[in-house]
Amino acid sequence: MISLTHYLVLAAVLFSIGLFGVITKRNAIAILMGIELMLNAVNINLVAFSRFIEPSDVVGQVFAVFIIVVAAAEVAVGLAIIIALARARQTIDAEELHLLKW
Amino acid sequence: MIEYAWLIPLLPLVSFALIVFVTGRNRLLSAGISIAAIAASFVIAAGVGLEFLHNPETVEYGLPWVDVLGLRVEMGVLLDGISVLMLLIVTFIATLIQIYSLGYMHEDPGFSRYYSYMSLFAFSMLGLVVATNFLQLYIFFELVGLASYLLIGFWYEKHSAAEAAKKAFVTTRAGDFGLLLGILILFSLFGTFDFTELADRIAGFDNIPLLTLLTVLIFLGPVGKSAQVPLHVWLPDAMEGPTPVSALIHAATMVAAGVYLVARTYFLFANAPVALTVVAWVGGITALFAATIATAQDDIKRVLAYSTISQLGYMMLALGVGGFTASMFHLTTHAFFKALLFLGAGSVIIGLHHKQNIWEMGGLYKKMPITTVTFLVGSLALAGLFPFAGFWSKDSIFAVALEHGQVALYWLAVAAAFLTAFYTFRLFFVAFMGRPRSDHHAVESPPSMTGVLVILALFAIGVGFIGSPFIKEGFGHFIYFGKPHVEHLHMNIALTSTAVTLAGITLAWLVYSVRVTSFETLSVALKPAYLLLKNKYYIDEIYRWVGERVVEGFGFVLQWFDRTIIDGVVNGTGTLTEAIGRRLRVVHTGDLQTYALVILSGVALLFAILALVDPVKVLKLGGIL
Repeated sequence: MISLTHYLVLAAVLFSIGLFGVITKRNAIAILMGIELMLNAVNINLVAFSRFIEPSDVVGQVFAVFIIVVAAAEVAVGLAIIIALARARQTIDAEELHLLKW
Repeated sequence: MIEYAWLIPLLPLVSFALIVFVTGRNRLLSAGISIAAIAASFVIAAGVGLEFLHNPETVEYGLPWVDVLGLRVEMGVLLDGISVLMLLIVTFIATLIQIYSLGYMHEDPGFSRYYSYMSLFAFSMLGLVVATNFLQLYIFFELVGLASYLLIGFWYEKHSAAEAAKKAFVTTRAGDFGLLLGILILFSLFGTFDFTELADRIAGFDNIPLLTLLTVLIFLGPVGKSAQVPLHVWLPDAMEGPTPVSALIHAATMVAAGVYLVARTYFLFANAPVALTVVAWVGGITALFAATIATAQDDIKRVLAYSTISQLGYMMLALGVGGFTASMFHLTTHAFFKALLFLGAGSVIIGLHHKQNIWEMGGLYKKMPITTVTFLVGSLALAGLFPFAGFWSKDSIFAVALEHGQVALYWLAVAAAFLTAFYTFRLFFVAFMGRPRSDHHAVESPPSMTGVLVILALFAIGVGFIGSPFIKEGFGHFIYFGKPHVEHLHMNIALTSTAVTLAGITLAWLVYSVRVTSFETLSVALKPAYLLLKNKYYIDEIYRWVGERVVEGFGFVLQWFDRTIIDGVVNGTGTLTEAIGRRLRVVHTGDLQTYALVILSGVALLFAILALVDPVKVLKLGGIL
């Protein structure tokens, strides 16, 4: 039997993998992919809680759908920014993009 | 006519506005408007005066000006003996002097500006005279100060004139501050500014300390405006203005505004004997003090300026000893003969192409006969010789001082009368008689100037009779406080005053005309006294010392406090913030992933704390939940 804990552990692992990617990857597209993983980990959490705690209600699922929509929009904007960056600076290496300081 | 009295101050205001906004470029039209306005005011004032002579009762009317929360102030017209008298004096002399100015100022490029200021002054002075309450009075009191400032500094491109204007304004403001304080205390005590209401409510307040205090504070205004010791220093310097201005504002009318204010609020002084004593002694001391200075001045206008201060002292003295009528009477005669003397001096100054030192004049009687004769008449009136105007008014002051048992003040006044005769005729003998003392080519002034001199000379002879004992219902029948004043003939006083006056004239004649002993040997023999008088008792120097050492020393300490302590705190805050920023900015690497790591660490830390501590317990401990 798969319990709520299994789902939560899965989500936590997924979230950590995504976070690890965001912090360690240099390629901006890889960072964006890490963020997608973290968002999906949250989605798993939401759906799992909804399924196990209040199955008749679909609040968690609705939230998950919203997050998918927002994530899609975010990816669209993020990719656009990366393309603009690539044109302007000929690189999308996150370590090279550190002019926004003091 | 009485119902049109409100037009008297308003016509010059209209003239001022017209000259400033419309006719400024046309010199003669500007002068014409100004003279027409003041002459029309005089005609109305004369009508009001005739009606008042016919039916002497107080008339008051006005428009509500401020009406909020129990404070009700009117702008109105109060016509009683003294205000009708002042209206007549001011409009009459202002008309004559504006006509005289046609000749005196005709070459000046600021001709229109001059007439606009003269109109502004006339408006302010007449508004002051008819004021029905303290607030209106105060506003116009300041406005005449402004007009005086503008006219003293009329030739503002001259440094000394600009300085004199500032000095006059600041010095009189010092007195006006006391006046304002007095008015505020008065309002808190009585709850009204209105003179008539105040006079009704005063009954229960006689002789309480607060009344004495506020009355003395109110008296500070007149001390400044009427140039009483120790705030007299501005008036001699005010002679930097055009001479007709000196005649109108700094001799005949504005400086008398202080005396008028005391007379207008006499019901307060009458209930505060201490304040009245202060008035009497300030006046008496001023009279003698300024007279001594006048004996050693060399500038024709400065001699007259100190003489004016001295005569204003007489008026204050008279008010102080209870001689309301005598004071107003002296104000009236003084306005005529002092305006005459100043205009005579102006005629001399024009005739000599702006020489003012009496030691460069001499022998003017041949070249300027009309000026000389009229100046002699003015001098005799000022010295107070029978039957000229000054004799009657000065004697009524002496009489009232003796009647009220003020023997010390009486002798003070007599001593000042001796000095008055001496310095007046010193001036006359040196400037007009003898041989020319320098290579001057004096010429008599044009008729617009000499004509005015003759008219004023006739008044300087005749105006004294309205208050003489020979007229049954004369001056004292209309101008009085309490009950009508009847003038008696005091033979011993008249003889004393005539004797000292003749002694003064004779002394001046001996020293400066026949030269029994020369002026030079005298000034050497009496060197310390002469220097003291010549330097005006070093009052200006004392003020300068106080200004430079005490005030600037205090300012130096304050400046140090401001620079080091206040600025130190402000600058220190800035420096501290900047230093913190300089050290903290290194954490802003601009690297996205570092930021993400910091956020992660922060969240981890928060979770760690939450795992260790129960937040609900903490909040309960803190008393929040």
